[in-house]
Amino acid sequence: MSLTTYVEAIRQGIWEEMEKDERVFVLGEDVGIYGGAFKVTAGMLERFGEWRIIDTPISESGIVGAAIGAALMGMRPVAEMQFADFISCAFDQITNFAAKCRYRWGAGVPIVVRGPSGGGVHGGPFHSQNPEMYFVHTPGLKVVCPATAYDAKGLIKAAIRDPDPVIYFEHKFLYRRVKEELPAEDFVVPIGKAAIRRQGRDITIVTYGAMVYTALDAAKELEKEGIDLEVLDLRSLLPFDKEAVLESVKKTNKVILLHEDTQIGGFAGELAAVVSEEAFEYLDGPIRRITAPNTPVPYSPPLEEFFLPKVSDVIRVARELYSY
Amino acid sequence: MAETKVIMPQMGESIFEGTITKWLKKKGERVERDEPLFEISTDKIDSEIPSPAAGVVQDILVEEGQTVQINTVVAVIGDGSAKPAEAEPTKPEAPKEKTQEKPAAAPPKQAPKIKDGPTPDAGPVPDTEETTELSEPEGDGQGVRSSPLVRRIAKEHGVDLSALAGRGTGINGRITKSDILSYIEQGGTKEKAVSAPPSAPARPAGPAPTPPRAEPAVKFTGDVARVPLTAMRKAIAEHMAMSRKTSAHVTTFFEVDCSRILKAKEQQATEFERSGVRLTVTPFFVQAAANALKRFPIVNSSLEGDTIVYKRAISIGIAVNLEWGLIVPVIKNADEKNLLGLAKAINDIGDRARNKKLTPEDVKDGTFTITNPGQYGGLIGTPIINQPQVAIMGMGGIKKRAVVIDDAIAIRPIILLSLSFDHRVIDGATADQFMADVQKQLENWPT
Repeated sequence: MSLTTYVEAIRQGIWEEMEKDERVFVLGEDVGIYGGAFKVTAGMLERFGEWRIIDTPISESGIVGAAIGAALMGMRPVAEMQFADFISCAFDQITNFAAKCRYRWGAGVPIVVRGPSGGGVHGGPFHSQNPEMYFVHTPGLKVVCPATAYDAKGLIKAAIRDPDPVIYFEHKFLYRRVKEELPAEDFVVPIGKAAIRRQGRDITIVTYGAMVYTALDAAKELEKEGIDLEVLDLRSLLPFDKEAVLESVKKTNKVILLHEDTQIGGFAGELAAVVSEEAFEYLDGPIRRITAPNTPVPYSPPLEEFFLPKVSDVIRVARELYSY
Repeated sequence: MAETKVIMPQMGESIFEGTITKWLKKKGERVERDEPLFEISTDKIDSEIPSPAAGVVQDILVEEGQTVQINTVVAVIGDGSAKPAEAEPTKPEAPKEKTQEKPAAAPPKQAPKIKDGPTPDAGPVPDTEETTELSEPEGDGQGVRSSPLVRRIAKEHGVDLSALAGRGTGINGRITKSDILSYIEQGGTKEKAVSAPPSAPARPAGPAPTPPRAEPAVKFTGDVARVPLTAMRKAIAEHMAMSRKTSAHVTTFFEVDCSRILKAKEQQATEFERSGVRLTVTPFFVQAAANALKRFPIVNSSLEGDTIVYKRAISIGIAVNLEWGLIVPVIKNADEKNLLGLAKAINDIGDRARNKKLTPEDVKDGTFTITNPGQYGGLIGTPIINQPQVAIMGMGGIKKRAVVIDDAIAIRPIILLSLSFDHRVIDGATADQFMADVQKQLENWPT
């Protein structure tokens, strides 16, 4: 069996759901003839036709608005944002409409809004952002950030089958860098469940997305010094797996919260509050955050490298916390 | 019935505990007011403690070898009529005086804040009433640095965290999870805490002592005898290691012709004896150093962060070797004393060091130190700086040597002097100029 890349896993997930359920369709900019900016929908137009693979005008608000309408009429649309950065154009449709429909009228909006997020590819300030927290702050939405090919496939399938709006952030740095063997049979990854990527004794690192690999690389280095990190991949941010976080923190008693998003208002702050409220008496050291600084993502490669949390940052903070 | 409680005195501002090394009176024995009652050892000095009252030693509450916090009642002096009091071995009395007022509004169980950094002397006097309350170990450890987790574990196991004070391996001596778990594993519980009285909730004096690492990396596995460090040995160990880590030690060596000072000593010995003072060579070196320190104030300084602290006083510590360790009493304002005054002061502190009569004042605030590595025939040594000073002078033994003077070989009494200096603030040129100054004075001593 061959290895499947992260980007191919997303494509397979959508494809399989479309094969299974004819209510599922894709709309977005260049998703049809071009096959998507990152080729997530490559080949789909040929297989499913232009009624199910819809090229749209450049209007994120229009794309999401149309998806919501279709969903209310019983469809299962998968809307692509060419870059997750531009999801802000659809902010009102997502947060004021999709997120609130079930609460106001009891009408679920089973849409998936997916798009490539994250930096590390020299995309500059408009093609590298991590906009997850705008949506994590919005009750009524679900937000997922897969880090592996397995999760990418399992979560896109779970998102499509979910009766409510799911924002699906795929990390573009991982598209072709991570790959693994995937099971042949149908599977989903449940939304709201974390995964422990590495068992450890001394410090828990809670992270998601591409930073899972930063944490794992740091863990490998720190292992040589006898510092044993536990790496917890959240996979979903809304809802997030609070029990898994608390269980791990209660085991190791020290926690680092790592994400690529900027610091203020980042998910680490929320996690810190939860750990402090619910596991205070299990803490043997301060809750530490490692995040990007509070600036836009720089375009200059050296600046971007500085901006993104690095293995060396994790090693430094872990050493400090270990000896605290 | 007159009854006087004898407490562990506070021997200096930064001292929080003392070890009773010897009881000089037995239970039931009569004692006069001010008569030595017991000997203590703190991390600064060893001392005899006089009885605060006349009477009969009614009760001895702290055994020899035990370490207790200051203000702990260690004995009761009665008039001989009373029956022994109910034993409450380490129940302390609230301190009568505090160097620092506790804020009136402070909740009673609030831990005193322990300051980090190089001025632990400024730390507040702990409220011993709370820290050693043994019937109800709250486990909050009273200012011992720990964590929420450690405090919870302590509570669950009935451990008084102050029993672990000074044993934390975390940053700034913080008690970590593994510290408390291994303490509990070794049987440290409520009961254990009673037999080994909790130590003070503050670390002993000395700037930023290194947290004691429990075990050496490599351990000898053969037959051994294990002897716990005395308070003095522990203080020396910590101070020496800390100094090595703190200062950039460099040592320079000078050879000094002692002909003239030996002659001066001979001339003045009789005169000094009339004043009841035995004259050695040491005062000459102290005086020469004091004079040179006036001309090279950097050698009399300290480094605090990014600031050089020049001390206006010149107070020279003299290392005194004792059978049980080493102590450095200080001659205050040495530059203001003449040779007779210095000789007197040196004799006095030496005698008192050997008789355990030094007070904490005697070992405080030195600005320069002289040590004597040559007293057993050693050529010279490279002494470790006495922090927070920046230089220490070592004296070798005086020995007659063949030296070349004006192309002729002469026999002269020669001493080797060394100066270990902190290269962070003193450069080699300055150190050598300072030593050349000392040398010049000694070789040209007026006779």
